[in-house]
Amino acid sequence: MRKEHLITATQLSRADIEAVLDRAAEIDADPSAWAEKYETAVLALCFFEPSTRTKMSFDTAMKRLGGTTTDMGGVESSSVKKGESLADTMRVVEGYADAIVLRHPSEGAAQLASEFVDVPVINAGDGAGQHPSQTLLDLYTIREHTGLDDLSIGIMGDLKYGRTVHSLANALTNFDVRQHFISPESLRLPRSVRFDLHESGAQLREHTELDSVLPELDVLYVTRIQRERFPDESEYRAVAGEYRIDAKTLEDGKSDLAVMHPLPRVDEIAPDVDTLEQAQYFEQAHNGIPVRMALLDELLGGVPQ
Amino acid sequence: MSDRELRVSKIRNGTVIDHVSGGQALNVLSILGIDGSEGLGVSIVMNVPSAQLGKKDVVKVEDRELSQSEVDVLSLIAPEATINIIRDYEVTKKTRVDQPETVTGILSCPNHNCITNGGEPVETKFSIVPDGVRCAYCGTIIRDSIAEHIDTE
Repeated sequence: MRKEHLITATQLSRADIEAVLDRAAEIDADPSAWAEKYETAVLALCFFEPSTRTKMSFDTAMKRLGGTTTDMGGVESSSVKKGESLADTMRVVEGYADAIVLRHPSEGAAQLASEFVDVPVINAGDGAGQHPSQTLLDLYTIREHTGLDDLSIGIMGDLKYGRTVHSLANALTNFDVRQHFISPESLRLPRSVRFDLHESGAQLREHTELDSVLPELDVLYVTRIQRERFPDESEYRAVAGEYRIDAKTLEDGKSDLAVMHPLPRVDEIAPDVDTLEQAQYFEQAHNGIPVRMALLDELLGGVPQ
Repeated sequence: MSDRELRVSKIRNGTVIDHVSGGQALNVLSILGIDGSEGLGVSIVMNVPSAQLGKKDVVKVEDRELSQSEVDVLSLIAPEATINIIRDYEVTKKTRVDQPETVTGILSCPNHNCITNGGEPVETKFSIVPDGVRCAYCGTIIRDSIAEHIDTE
Protein backbone atom coordinates (compact mmCIF):
# COMPACT_ATOMS: atom_id res chain seq x y z
CA MET A 1 0.00 0.00 0.00
CA ARG A 2 1.41 3.39 -0.94
CA LYS A 3 1.57 5.96 1.85
CA GLU A 4 1.54 9.69 1.27
CA HIS A 5 3.88 10.51 4.14
CA LEU A 6 5.88 8.70 6.80
CA ILE A 7 5.20 10.55 10.04
CA THR A 8 4.98 7.94 12.79
CA ALA A 9 5.61 4.22 13.16
CA THR A 10 2.06 3.78 14.44
CA GLN A 11 0.80 4.31 10.88
CA LEU A 12 2.73 1.26 9.63
CA SER A 13 1.04 -2.13 9.30
CA ARG A 14 2.94 -5.39 9.12
CA ALA A 15 2.29 -5.48 5.37
CA ASP A 16 3.68 -1.94 4.94
CA ILE A 17 6.82 -2.83 6.85
CA GLU A 18 7.37 -6.09 5.01
CA ALA A 19 6.91 -4.39 1.64
CA VAL A 20 9.70 -1.92 2.43
CA LEU A 21 12.00 -4.56 3.92
CA ASP A 22 11.46 -6.92 0.97
CA ARG A 23 12.24 -4.10 -1.43
CA ALA A 24 15.33 -3.19 0.60
CA ALA A 25 16.53 -6.78 0.32
CA GLU A 26 16.07 -6.66 -3.47
CA ILE A 27 18.07 -3.44 -3.62
CA ASP A 28 20.76 -4.86 -1.35
CA ALA A 29 21.13 -7.86 -3.65
CA ASP A 30 21.54 -5.79 -6.83
CA PRO A 31 21.94 -2.06 -6.17
CA SER A 32 23.06 -1.28 -9.73
CA ALA A 33 19.62 -2.23 -11.06
CA TRP A 34 18.22 0.80 -9.21
CA ALA A 35 20.87 3.33 -10.19
CA GLU A 36 18.77 5.16 -12.78
CA LYS A 37 15.26 4.65 -11.47
CA TYR A 38 14.65 8.18 -10.20
CA GLU A 39 16.92 10.26 -12.42
CA THR A 40 14.66 13.31 -12.37
CA ALA A 41 13.77 13.18 -8.68
CA VAL A 42 14.92 15.76 -6.15
CA LEU A 43 14.83 15.11 -2.42
CA ALA A 44 14.84 18.08 -0.02
CA LEU A 45 16.87 17.65 3.15
CA CYS A 46 15.49 19.97 5.84
CA PHE A 47 17.38 19.42 9.07
CA PHE A 48 16.56 21.94 11.79
CA GLU A 49 18.76 19.95 14.18
CA PRO A 50 22.23 18.52 13.64
CA SER A 51 22.41 15.10 12.01
CA THR A 52 25.20 13.04 10.53
CA ARG A 53 24.05 9.58 9.60
CA THR A 54 20.36 10.18 8.92
CA LYS A 55 21.07 13.11 6.63
CA MET A 56 23.99 11.46 4.86
CA SER A 57 22.13 8.21 4.36
CA PHE A 58 19.06 9.89 2.86
CA ASP A 59 21.41 11.91 0.65
CA THR A 60 23.22 8.77 -0.47
CA ALA A 61 20.00 6.77 -0.88
CA MET A 62 18.51 9.38 -3.23
CA LYS A 63 21.70 9.60 -5.25
CA ARG A 64 21.97 5.82 -5.56
CA LEU A 65 18.48 5.86 -7.07
CA GLY A 66 19.77 8.27 -9.69
CA GLY A 67 18.24 11.38 -8.15
CA THR A 68 19.66 14.48 -6.51
CA THR A 69 19.20 16.28 -3.22
CA THR A 70 18.80 19.88 -2.20
CA ASP A 71 19.90 20.78 1.30
CA MET A 72 18.40 23.57 3.41
CA GLY A 73 21.71 23.86 5.28
CA GLY A 74 21.95 24.74 8.93
CA VAL A 75 19.26 26.73 10.70
CA GLU A 76 21.79 29.48 11.42
CA SER A 77 22.17 30.25 7.72
CA SER A 78 18.52 29.89 6.70
CA SER A 79 15.37 31.97 6.65
CA VAL A 80 14.31 30.20 9.86
CA LYS A 81 16.80 32.46 11.59
CA LYS A 82 14.71 35.39 10.32
CA GLY A 83 11.63 34.02 12.06
CA GLU A 84 9.95 32.14 9.23
CA SER A 85 7.38 29.56 10.36
CA LEU A 86 7.90 25.89 9.61
CA ALA A 87 4.66 25.92 7.62
CA ASP A 88 6.00 28.64 5.31
CA THR A 89 9.39 26.97 4.93
CA MET A 90 7.70 23.73 3.93
CA ARG A 91 5.39 25.42 1.44
CA VAL A 92 8.40 27.00 -0.26
CA VAL A 93 10.53 23.85 -0.26
CA GLU A 94 7.61 21.88 -1.70
CA GLY A 95 8.19 23.75 -4.95
CA TYR A 96 11.81 22.64 -5.13
CA ALA A 97 11.53 18.92 -4.49
CA ASP A 98 9.56 15.71 -5.03
CA ALA A 99 9.76 14.75 -1.35
CA ILE A 100 10.92 16.33 1.91
CA VAL A 101 12.97 14.77 4.68
CA LEU A 102 12.40 16.76 7.86
CA ARG A 103 14.15 16.76 11.21
CA HIS A 104 12.93 19.29 13.75
CA PRO A 105 13.35 19.85 17.49
CA SER A 106 9.59 20.06 18.18
CA GLU A 107 7.28 17.08 18.55
CA GLY A 108 4.58 17.03 15.88
CA ALA A 109 6.64 19.05 13.36
CA ALA A 110 6.42 16.42 10.61
CA GLN A 111 2.67 16.06 11.09
CA LEU A 112 2.29 19.80 10.73
CA ALA A 113 4.53 19.90 7.65
CA SER A 114 2.48 17.15 6.00
CA GLU A 115 -0.65 19.27 6.33
CA PHE A 116 0.86 22.12 4.31
CA VAL A 117 2.39 20.29 1.35
CA ASP A 118 1.36 17.82 -1.34
CA VAL A 119 4.74 16.09 -1.70
CA PRO A 120 5.60 13.21 0.67
CA VAL A 121 7.10 14.21 4.02
CA ILE A 122 9.42 11.80 5.82
CA ASN A 123 9.82 12.37 9.54
CA ALA A 124 13.54 12.08 10.25
CA GLY A 125 13.05 12.87 13.93
CA ASP A 126 10.66 15.29 15.67
CA GLY A 127 11.94 16.24 19.12
CA ALA A 128 11.32 13.39 21.55
CA GLY A 129 8.57 12.05 19.28
CA GLN A 130 9.23 9.62 16.45
CA HIS A 131 11.94 8.53 14.00
CA PRO A 132 10.20 5.95 11.80
CA SER A 133 12.78 5.60 9.02
CA GLN A 134 15.34 4.59 11.66
CA THR A 135 12.85 1.96 12.78
CA LEU A 136 12.61 0.49 9.29
CA LEU A 137 16.38 -0.03 9.17
CA ASP A 138 16.31 -1.38 12.73
CA LEU A 139 13.67 -3.92 11.68
CA TYR A 140 15.63 -4.82 8.56
CA THR A 141 18.68 -5.50 10.70
CA ILE A 142 16.69 -7.62 13.16
CA ARG A 143 15.03 -9.57 10.34
CA GLU A 144 18.37 -10.30 8.68
CA HIS A 145 19.96 -11.40 11.93
CA THR A 146 17.24 -13.09 13.94
CA GLY A 147 13.88 -12.89 12.20
CA LEU A 148 10.97 -10.77 13.34
CA ASP A 149 8.74 -13.31 15.04
CA ASP A 150 9.03 -15.28 18.27
CA LEU A 151 11.56 -12.74 19.45
CA SER A 152 12.61 -11.28 22.81
CA ILE A 153 14.02 -7.78 22.59
CA GLY A 154 15.47 -5.63 25.36
CA ILE A 155 15.33 -1.88 24.73
CA MET A 156 17.60 -0.06 27.16
CA GLY A 157 18.58 3.48 28.08
CA ASP A 158 16.63 6.71 27.62
CA LEU A 159 13.15 5.42 26.86
CA LYS A 160 11.43 8.67 27.76
CA TYR A 161 13.05 11.01 25.25
CA GLY A 162 14.42 8.45 22.80
CA ARG A 163 12.49 8.87 19.57
CA THR A 164 14.07 5.79 18.00
CA VAL A 165 12.78 3.80 20.97
CA HIS A 166 9.23 5.10 20.57
CA SER A 167 9.05 4.27 16.88
CA LEU A 168 10.66 0.86 17.30
CA ALA A 169 8.33 -0.12 20.16
CA ASN A 170 5.30 0.94 18.11
CA ALA A 171 6.38 -0.94 15.01
CA LEU A 172 7.27 -4.14 16.89
CA THR A 173 3.64 -4.50 17.95
CA ASN A 174 3.01 -5.79 14.42
CA PHE A 175 5.11 -8.87 15.17
CA ASP A 176 5.22 -11.68 17.71
CA VAL A 177 7.73 -9.92 19.96
CA ARG A 178 8.17 -9.79 23.73
CA GLN A 179 9.38 -6.28 24.52
CA HIS A 180 11.47 -5.66 27.66
CA PHE A 181 12.12 -2.03 28.56
CA ILE A 182 15.16 -1.43 30.75
CA SER A 183 15.74 2.05 32.16
CA PRO A 184 16.06 4.15 35.29
CA GLU A 185 12.69 5.08 36.81
CA SER A 186 13.04 8.68 35.64
CA LEU A 187 13.48 7.68 31.99
CA ARG A 188 10.66 5.15 31.57
CA LEU A 189 8.47 5.12 28.47
CA PRO A 190 6.21 8.17 28.22
CA ARG A 191 2.48 7.84 28.76
CA SER A 192 1.63 8.32 25.08
CA VAL A 193 3.84 5.42 23.92
CA ARG A 194 2.64 3.22 26.75
CA PHE A 195 -0.93 4.00 25.66
CA ASP A 196 -0.22 2.94 22.07
CA LEU A 197 1.45 -0.27 23.19
CA HIS A 198 -1.45 -1.22 25.43
CA GLU A 199 -3.95 -0.35 22.71
CA SER A 200 -2.22 -2.72 20.31
CA GLY A 201 -2.04 -5.51 22.88
CA ALA A 202 1.76 -5.55 23.03
CA GLN A 203 3.58 -7.92 25.35
CA LEU A 204 5.79 -5.62 27.39
CA ARG A 205 7.65 -5.71 30.68
CA GLU A 206 9.62 -2.98 32.38
CA HIS A 207 12.86 -3.44 34.32
CA THR A 208 15.35 -1.23 36.09
CA GLU A 209 18.24 -3.70 35.64
CA LEU A 210 19.53 -5.57 32.62
CA ASP A 211 20.87 -8.59 34.58
CA SER A 212 17.55 -10.27 35.23
CA VAL A 213 16.39 -10.25 31.62
CA LEU A 214 19.61 -10.46 29.58
CA PRO A 215 19.80 -14.29 29.33
CA GLU A 216 16.49 -14.55 27.46
CA LEU A 217 17.09 -11.74 24.96
CA ASP A 218 17.60 -12.28 21.22
CA VAL A 219 18.20 -8.56 20.61
CA LEU A 220 19.55 -5.86 22.94
CA TYR A 221 18.86 -2.36 21.63
CA VAL A 222 20.97 0.15 23.54
CA THR A 223 20.38 3.91 23.52
CA ARG A 224 22.33 6.82 24.92
CA ILE A 225 21.41 8.41 28.24
CA GLN A 226 22.05 12.11 27.89
CA ARG A 227 23.71 14.25 30.52
CA GLU A 228 21.11 17.02 30.18
CA ARG A 229 18.31 14.75 31.40
CA PHE A 230 19.72 14.89 34.95
CA PRO A 231 19.91 17.73 37.46
CA ASP A 232 23.58 17.19 38.29
CA GLU A 233 26.67 15.47 37.01
CA SER A 234 27.03 12.99 39.87
CA GLU A 235 23.47 11.69 39.50
CA TYR A 236 23.97 11.31 35.76
CA ARG A 237 27.21 9.37 36.22
CA ALA A 238 25.65 7.06 38.78
CA VAL A 239 22.62 6.28 36.60
CA ALA A 240 24.37 6.09 33.23
CA GLY A 241 26.92 3.66 34.65
CA GLU A 242 24.15 1.17 35.40
CA TYR A 243 23.17 0.98 31.73
CA ARG A 244 26.58 0.52 30.15
CA ILE A 245 27.61 -2.77 28.58
CA ASP A 246 30.96 -4.34 27.77
CA ALA A 247 32.20 -7.72 26.59
CA LYS A 248 31.99 -9.11 30.11
CA THR A 249 28.33 -8.08 30.45
CA LEU A 250 27.50 -10.04 27.32
CA GLU A 251 28.93 -13.28 28.72
CA ASP A 252 25.56 -13.74 30.44
CA GLY A 253 23.62 -13.29 27.20
CA LYS A 254 22.88 -15.70 24.35
CA SER A 255 25.85 -16.32 22.09
CA ASP A 256 23.81 -15.20 19.06
CA LEU A 257 22.44 -12.07 20.75
CA ALA A 258 22.32 -9.05 18.42
CA VAL A 259 23.52 -5.84 20.09
CA MET A 260 22.10 -2.81 18.31
CA HIS A 261 22.35 0.96 18.77
CA PRO A 262 20.94 3.81 16.64
CA LEU A 263 24.27 5.67 17.10
CA PRO A 264 25.96 7.92 17.97
CA ARG A 265 27.14 6.11 21.07
CA VAL A 266 29.23 7.78 23.70
CA ASP A 267 30.33 5.18 26.22
CA GLU A 268 27.21 3.05 26.76
CA ILE A 269 28.76 0.27 24.65
CA ALA A 270 32.43 -0.32 25.44
CA PRO A 271 34.79 -0.57 22.46
CA ASP A 272 35.61 -4.18 23.41
CA VAL A 273 32.13 -5.16 22.17
CA ASP A 274 32.89 -3.90 18.64
CA THR A 275 34.85 -6.95 17.61
CA LEU A 276 32.33 -9.48 18.95
CA GLU A 277 29.90 -11.24 16.64
CA GLN A 278 27.06 -9.81 18.70
CA ALA A 279 27.89 -6.25 17.61
CA GLN A 280 25.43 -5.32 14.88
CA TYR A 281 25.36 -1.53 15.18
CA PHE A 282 27.66 -0.69 12.29
CA GLU A 283 25.86 -3.13 10.02
CA GLN A 284 22.64 -1.53 11.26
CA ALA A 285 23.88 1.92 10.19
CA HIS A 286 24.94 0.60 6.77
CA ASN A 287 21.46 -0.87 6.29
CA GLY A 288 20.18 2.71 6.26
CA ILE A 289 21.04 2.96 2.57
CA PRO A 290 19.02 0.09 1.04
CA VAL A 291 16.16 0.67 3.50
CA ARG A 292 15.93 4.38 2.74
CA MET A 293 16.22 3.64 -1.00
CA ALA A 294 13.27 1.27 -0.59
CA LEU A 295 11.34 3.86 1.42
CA LEU A 296 11.95 6.54 -1.21
CA ASP A 297 10.82 4.11 -3.89
CA GLU A 298 7.63 3.53 -1.92
CA LEU A 299 6.89 7.24 -1.48
CA LEU A 300 8.12 8.47 -4.89
CA GLY A 301 6.41 5.70 -6.83
CA GLY A 302 4.41 8.20 -8.85
CA VAL A 303 7.23 10.52 -9.93
CA PRO A 304 7.17 10.78 -13.76
CA GLN A 305 10.29 9.42 -15.44
CA MET B 1 -36.08 23.85 40.82
CA SER B 2 -39.60 25.34 40.87
CA ASP B 3 -40.46 28.69 39.33
CA ARG B 4 -40.75 30.17 42.81
CA GLU B 5 -37.08 29.38 43.41
CA LEU B 6 -35.87 30.58 40.04
CA ARG B 7 -32.69 32.55 40.51
CA VAL B 8 -32.58 33.68 36.89
CA SER B 9 -35.66 34.48 34.89
CA LYS B 10 -36.75 32.49 31.87
CA ILE B 11 -35.40 33.58 28.52
CA ARG B 12 -37.56 34.24 25.51
CA ASN B 13 -35.27 32.92 22.76
CA GLY B 14 -31.90 31.22 22.89
CA THR B 15 -30.17 28.23 24.48
CA VAL B 16 -30.22 26.91 28.04
CA ILE B 17 -27.40 24.56 28.97
CA ASP B 18 -28.52 22.65 32.04
CA HIS B 19 -26.89 19.96 34.18
CA VAL B 20 -23.41 21.38 33.80
CA SER B 21 -21.04 19.90 36.40
CA GLY B 22 -20.88 22.27 39.39
CA GLY B 23 -18.27 25.01 38.95
CA GLN B 24 -17.78 24.54 35.19
CA ALA B 25 -20.09 27.29 33.88
CA LEU B 26 -17.30 29.76 33.15
CA ASN B 27 -15.37 27.04 31.32
CA VAL B 28 -18.51 26.32 29.29
CA LEU B 29 -18.60 29.94 28.16
CA SER B 30 -14.90 29.85 27.46
CA ILE B 31 -15.24 26.76 25.26
CA LEU B 32 -18.16 28.33 23.43
CA GLY B 33 -16.10 31.47 22.89
CA ILE B 34 -18.66 33.64 24.62
CA ASP B 35 -17.06 36.40 26.68
CA GLY B 36 -19.79 39.05 26.72
CA SER B 37 -18.29 41.13 23.92
CA GLU B 38 -20.87 39.71 21.49
CA GLY B 39 -23.61 41.67 23.25
CA LEU B 40 -25.66 38.53 23.92
CA GLY B 41 -27.63 38.29 27.15
CA VAL B 42 -25.87 35.66 29.24
CA SER B 43 -26.98 34.37 32.67
CA ILE B 44 -25.22 31.80 34.75
CA VAL B 45 -26.18 29.97 37.90
CA MET B 46 -23.49 28.09 39.76
CA ASN B 47 -23.44 25.34 42.34
CA VAL B 48 -27.18 24.97 42.87
CA PRO B 49 -28.51 21.66 44.25
CA SER B 50 -29.13 18.92 41.70
CA ALA B 51 -30.63 15.50 42.36
CA GLN B 52 -28.55 14.09 39.52
CA LEU B 53 -25.19 15.80 40.02
CA GLY B 54 -25.22 16.97 43.62
CA LYS B 55 -24.36 20.47 42.46
CA LYS B 56 -24.90 21.85 39.02
CA ASP B 57 -24.45 25.00 36.96
CA VAL B 58 -26.88 26.40 34.39
CA VAL B 59 -25.91 28.69 31.51
CA LYS B 60 -28.48 30.68 29.54
CA VAL B 61 -27.55 32.41 26.31
CA GLU B 62 -30.19 34.69 24.84
CA ASP B 63 -30.90 35.10 21.14
CA ARG B 64 -28.47 32.46 20.00
CA GLU B 65 -29.28 28.85 19.17
CA LEU B 66 -26.16 26.77 19.62
CA SER B 67 -25.64 23.96 17.12
CA GLN B 68 -25.06 20.37 18.14
CA SER B 69 -21.43 20.47 16.99
CA GLU B 70 -20.84 23.62 19.04
CA VAL B 71 -22.14 22.06 22.22
CA ASP B 72 -20.66 18.59 21.72
CA VAL B 73 -17.27 19.98 22.73
CA LEU B 74 -18.80 20.59 26.16
CA SER B 75 -18.78 16.84 26.73
CA LEU B 76 -15.11 17.25 27.70
CA ILE B 77 -16.01 19.08 30.90
CA ALA B 78 -19.75 18.62 31.25
CA PRO B 79 -20.69 15.17 29.96
CA GLU B 80 -24.11 15.23 31.62
CA ALA B 81 -25.15 18.58 30.16
CA THR B 82 -28.52 18.95 28.48
CA ILE B 83 -29.17 21.52 25.78
CA ASN B 84 -32.55 23.25 25.54
CA ILE B 85 -33.36 25.40 22.55
CA ILE B 86 -35.90 28.03 23.57
CA ARG B 87 -38.33 29.81 21.24
CA ASP B 88 -40.89 32.22 22.64
CA TYR B 89 -40.33 30.92 26.20
CA GLU B 90 -40.98 27.30 25.18
CA VAL B 91 -38.45 24.46 24.95
CA THR B 92 -38.62 23.46 21.29
CA LYS B 93 -35.71 21.01 21.32
CA LYS B 94 -33.91 19.18 24.10
CA THR B 95 -30.72 17.20 23.44
CA ARG B 96 -27.74 15.75 25.27
CA VAL B 97 -24.12 16.46 24.40
CA ASP B 98 -22.47 13.78 22.30
CA GLN B 99 -18.76 13.07 22.45
CA PRO B 100 -17.10 14.41 19.28
CA GLU B 101 -14.28 12.50 17.57
CA THR B 102 -11.94 15.47 17.64
CA VAL B 103 -11.73 18.86 19.32
CA THR B 104 -10.21 21.62 17.24
CA GLY B 105 -8.93 25.00 18.42
CA ILE B 106 -10.29 24.71 21.97
CA LEU B 107 -7.45 23.28 24.04
CA SER B 108 -3.78 24.13 24.15
CA CYS B 109 -1.22 21.34 24.32
CA PRO B 110 0.51 21.08 27.71
CA ASN B 111 3.70 19.86 26.00
CA HIS B 112 5.72 23.07 25.64
CA ASN B 113 7.82 21.39 22.98
CA CYS B 114 4.79 20.56 20.82
CA ILE B 115 4.87 22.25 17.42
CA THR B 116 1.43 23.77 18.11
CA ASN B 117 3.07 25.92 20.80
CA GLY B 118 5.68 27.20 18.34
CA GLY B 119 3.79 30.07 16.73
CA GLU B 120 2.76 28.07 13.66
CA PRO B 121 -0.42 28.94 11.73
CA VAL B 122 -2.43 25.94 12.94
CA GLU B 123 -5.21 25.30 15.39
CA THR B 124 -4.67 22.67 18.02
CA LYS B 125 -6.42 19.36 17.42
CA PHE B 126 -7.13 16.66 19.97
CA SER B 127 -8.69 13.27 19.45
CA ILE B 128 -10.87 11.69 22.11
CA VAL B 129 -9.32 8.68 23.86
CA PRO B 130 -10.66 6.69 26.83
CA ASP B 131 -10.73 9.05 29.85
CA GLY B 132 -9.07 11.91 28.04
CA VAL B 133 -7.90 13.63 24.89
CA ARG B 134 -4.75 13.27 22.80
CA CYS B 135 -2.84 15.89 20.81
CA ALA B 136 -2.99 15.02 17.11
CA TYR B 137 0.47 16.52 16.61
CA CYS B 138 2.73 15.37 19.45
CA GLY B 139 0.60 12.58 20.93
CA THR B 140 0.49 14.02 24.45
CA ILE B 141 -2.46 12.67 26.43
CA ILE B 142 -4.43 14.85 28.86
CA ARG B 143 -6.42 12.85 31.37
CA ASP B 144 -6.91 15.13 34.35
CA SER B 145 -8.17 18.69 34.59
CA ILE B 146 -8.95 19.13 30.92
CA ALA B 147 -10.56 22.49 31.69
CA GLU B 148 -7.16 23.86 32.73
CA HIS B 149 -6.00 23.44 29.15
CA ILE B 150 -8.78 25.48 27.54
CA ASP B 151 -7.13 28.05 25.31
CA THR B 152 -8.44 31.39 26.57
CA GLU B 153 -6.51 33.59 24.14
